[in-house]
Amino acid sequence: MSDFARRLEQEIPALRRYARYLLRDAERADDLVQDCLERAITKRRLWHNPDRFRPWLFALMRNLHLNQVRWRGRRPSEVPIDTASPLTPHPESQVDRVQAVEALAALEDLEADQREVLILVAVEGLQYKEVAETLGVPLGTVMSRLSRGRERMRAAMTGGAPGAATLRRIK
Amino acid sequence: MNAAARPVNEEELQAWVDGWLDPARRGAVERFLAENPDQAARLGDFRRHGDILRGSLRGPDREPVPERLLRAARGGAARRPARWLPTAMAAMLVLTLGLGGGWTLRGALEKPDEVAPGAGAAGGDLLVRAAAAHRVYSVEVRHPVEVRAEEAHLIAWLSKRVGTPLSAPDLREFGFRLMGGRLLPARDGAAAQFMYEDAAGRRITCYIQADTKGVETAFRFAEEDGLAAFYWLDGALGYALVGPLPREEMLGIARAVYRQTEP
Repeated sequence: MSDFARRLEQEIPALRRYARYLLRDAERADDLVQDCLERAITKRRLWHNPDRFRPWLFALMRNLHLNQVRWRGRRPSEVPIDTASPLTPHPESQVDRVQAVEALAALEDLEADQREVLILVAVEGLQYKEVAETLGVPLGTVMSRLSRGRERMRAAMTGGAPGAATLRRIK
Repeated sequence: MNAAARPVNEEELQAWVDGWLDPARRGAVERFLAENPDQAARLGDFRRHGDILRGSLRGPDREPVPERLLRAARGGAARRPARWLPTAMAAMLVLTLGLGGGWTLRGALEKPDEVAPGAGAAGGDLLVRAAAAHRVYSVEVRHPVEVRAEEAHLIAWLSKRVGTPLSAPDLREFGFRLMGGRLLPARDGAAAQFMYEDAAGRRITCYIQADTKGVETAFRFAEEDGLAAFYWLDGALGYALVGPLPREEMLGIARAVYRQTEP
């Protein structure tokens, strides 16, 4: 098996997680992952930097997803009634269920931009510059979304006021 | 100003939470946190919330990767499975537990009659309804069941409406507690759905309908993306057990249901 195929295979679990987050539907998520894998193989020559494999794949999948949403958007009659089912704890999750449900509800209440950054950083463990590459936004934007998202989530989890003690950025 | 003495900024605090902080700056950040307990509490919460999110959402890395995705990653032609609900039988792999013959695996669509003479359509119909009902009701938070298990008339009412004496299988030995049941439409009449939940919050449903036209079948198995189902007709009733469990675990439970409901 080629090195490329082996690395691709190793990324499947992360791709499935991210796809489930994007689509909220395990079946459609696996279809998206399959699209992404097929696309990655046809575009493999465009992948140059060995350290940036996951952001490259994530960006590929995210763009496929956005294109599919747009494509469906032009054909309203074909749009499945997208209930945007809420994020739910994974059945094998070892986290206390009450805590998990509370945290996921707080996550859902964030603005979509902040939520996506928090998922990529806190759940997927991407570095900040990798998140910036995946989303195609500047690093500073990633940092401010991350900081604000965490602050709002903390406020929701503790019932306190948001932004209680945010440090001012020091250049 | 040298690097260690520079005041810390918000980016560095976030990087400390995520473990991406430049080691040269760790001392400065930790001194800052020791002097600012509010900030230490805030960052502690960030870490804790991250742990909860990661623990809650991660999971697919423990699941086996579907064969079609492995094939796609290796550059092979990977067929997409037909969808279970809309296209019913096409999606199924049927696993027959022949009484003396061990396990055989075949596509139900190609040769349904070989699997269960005369009963291919009846069993598939049962499975499709049971799976649809499972998907709709097992995710309900407030109203997963119509009548709760604690209410004495649950069994009598469902038996009367389905038209035959029913009992709710006891699955406590597997850690599943009966939550209650609901009445559902079947092909020609009514069906009952019993719902069970375990301590981890996993829910399985047992769908029972009366309309089997006297046909008996072996256990059959179908699964698609996280849901597994065993279903069978026993001559009087048709059963489908559906849940997000591995096949082996579902099989054990299906056998118990079969034992408890043997005509």
